[in-house]
Amino acid sequence: MAIEKNAPAIELINVSRRFLSPTGKSLTALRDFTMTVERGEFVAVVGPTGCGKSTTLNLVTGLASPSAGEVRVMGAPVTGIDPRIGFVFQSDALFPWRTVIENVMAGPLFRGRAKSDATAAARDWLARVGLSRFEQHYPHQLSGGMRKRVALAQTFINGPEILLMDEPFSALDVQTRVLMHEELLRLWSEAKASVVFVTHDLEEAIALADKVYVLTAGPATVKSVYTIDLPRPRVVADIRYEQSFINYSRTIWADLKEEVETSYARAAA
Amino acid sequence: MTDAAIDISAGAFSPGTSDAEIEAAAAKAARHRRRTVIFWRVAILIAFLGLWEIAARQAWIDPFFYAMPSAIAQRLYEWTTEGTSEGPLWYHLYVTMEESVIGFVTGSVAGIIIGVALGRNRMAADIFSIYIKVINSVPRVVLAPIFIMILGLGLASKVALAFVMVFFVVFHNAFQGVREADRAMIANARILGASNWQLTRSVIVPSAMSWIFASLHVSFGFAIIGAIVGEFVGSRYGIGLLINIAKGSFDAAGMYAAIVIVMVVALGAEYLMTMVEDRLAKWRPQPLHETQ
Repeated sequence: MAIEKNAPAIELINVSRRFLSPTGKSLTALRDFTMTVERGEFVAVVGPTGCGKSTTLNLVTGLASPSAGEVRVMGAPVTGIDPRIGFVFQSDALFPWRTVIENVMAGPLFRGRAKSDATAAARDWLARVGLSRFEQHYPHQLSGGMRKRVALAQTFINGPEILLMDEPFSALDVQTRVLMHEELLRLWSEAKASVVFVTHDLEEAIALADKVYVLTAGPATVKSVYTIDLPRPRVVADIRYEQSFINYSRTIWADLKEEVETSYARAAA
Repeated sequence: MTDAAIDISAGAFSPGTSDAEIEAAAAKAARHRRRTVIFWRVAILIAFLGLWEIAARQAWIDPFFYAMPSAIAQRLYEWTTEGTSEGPLWYHLYVTMEESVIGFVTGSVAGIIIGVALGRNRMAADIFSIYIKVINSVPRVVLAPIFIMILGLGLASKVALAFVMVFFVVFHNAFQGVREADRAMIANARILGASNWQLTRSVIVPSAMSWIFASLHVSFGFAIIGAIVGEFVGSRYGIGLLINIAKGSFDAAGMYAAIVIVMVVALGAEYLMTMVEDRLAKWRPQPLHETQ
């Protein structure tokens, strides 16, 4: 298999994805979807609720396969779960019966690293997300923000080259969310991974990303792509008051609003 | 054991009451509540036994059929000190426990393994579900004569009966527990790099564990039922045999005494099970006590 050295991290080329509903009807979640994520690029995907945003991520992980079109990761077609991929979930996907450190160690242990090695790496990552004191706690003893930080450490410890995030912070309160944005940008700038960040929060998308993809109401396809030319490193808490941020926000929202309204009208009908 | 939230009635504290005072009051209320619960538990037991004794002595009920607590206690005392007509009580108890425990362990291990395996494999589950439904609809005790005919009067037939009593309960819960495992958690484990076997062992089984434990609680009781019913139908030793002989000789006190022994054993097993579960489930949230 010829793997190009400088191929983009992720390519989705004219991808469609259909589902069969339990009653046997065919539903289309994605239609002629094309997206490219360069190495080290931070891409945010926004769109109306339930339009198929998460489906794009599942296609990249290999947990789902496209009905038509092609998905390529690092220049090679996706055949199964790629070890270079990390995924942060919307819901709490930590293992509640494991302590914090055991949760973080899970990845390396699954991948066959020695226990002492995994413990050391997990300690290191817990220190980086500021949770060293909570090694022996169980997830239910932590706050939502702390659990998310454990989830980040659990994902980053595997050294992913591609990071997929499915509305990871949507369950957090606004203050905690801003802190998590800072944390994520810091980890990302150290790890130099390519990121696809799915969200329904436009401001979050603009504050974090290099590029924002706006999707249409389902079946989803790319409506437009915006390059966010804000300087890095960014201070997420302050950036939202800058004029250029507000301009981006206004332009993209005008675009997104139509789709949200379409989606809303359809749900009401 | 009783972990109900302690409610300190509103208005009991004047403003400026310190935390220490509130905590002391809460601790006192908790002690009081615990004492009340224990008092009523003991009182009800004494009233029940007392009423039974009096009713039997006054011949409101026929002591020939209903015995009386003092006679039952007397019989238990005889059995423990002098042994039963069929030999020492401890041996009978040992035999019944041996049958129950072997049946319980093999039945629950088989139930967990097959439940998890079918839970993980949808195709196999669809194929076998019909047979499991059919076999499950057979009342288990009717199998006792068949097992005794095939496996004889000894240990094997009772173990087999205890096994089938336990197996289906545990199987159903293990199967259901696997099916209920959180999708996101499974996806997370797979992306973190878990192989199929690692996924089963370190995600599916632990998340099904609370379901499985719920079934283990009841199924030890079922194992005892299996063993005793087997002993009724045909055996040389065991608590079931003692009950059968007491029945044959119209010894009501003997029958009740045997029931008391089984009760004590089942309660002990239940207590042990709860202890093991508490140790295994220390990751679960503890309920908070609320104060006002």
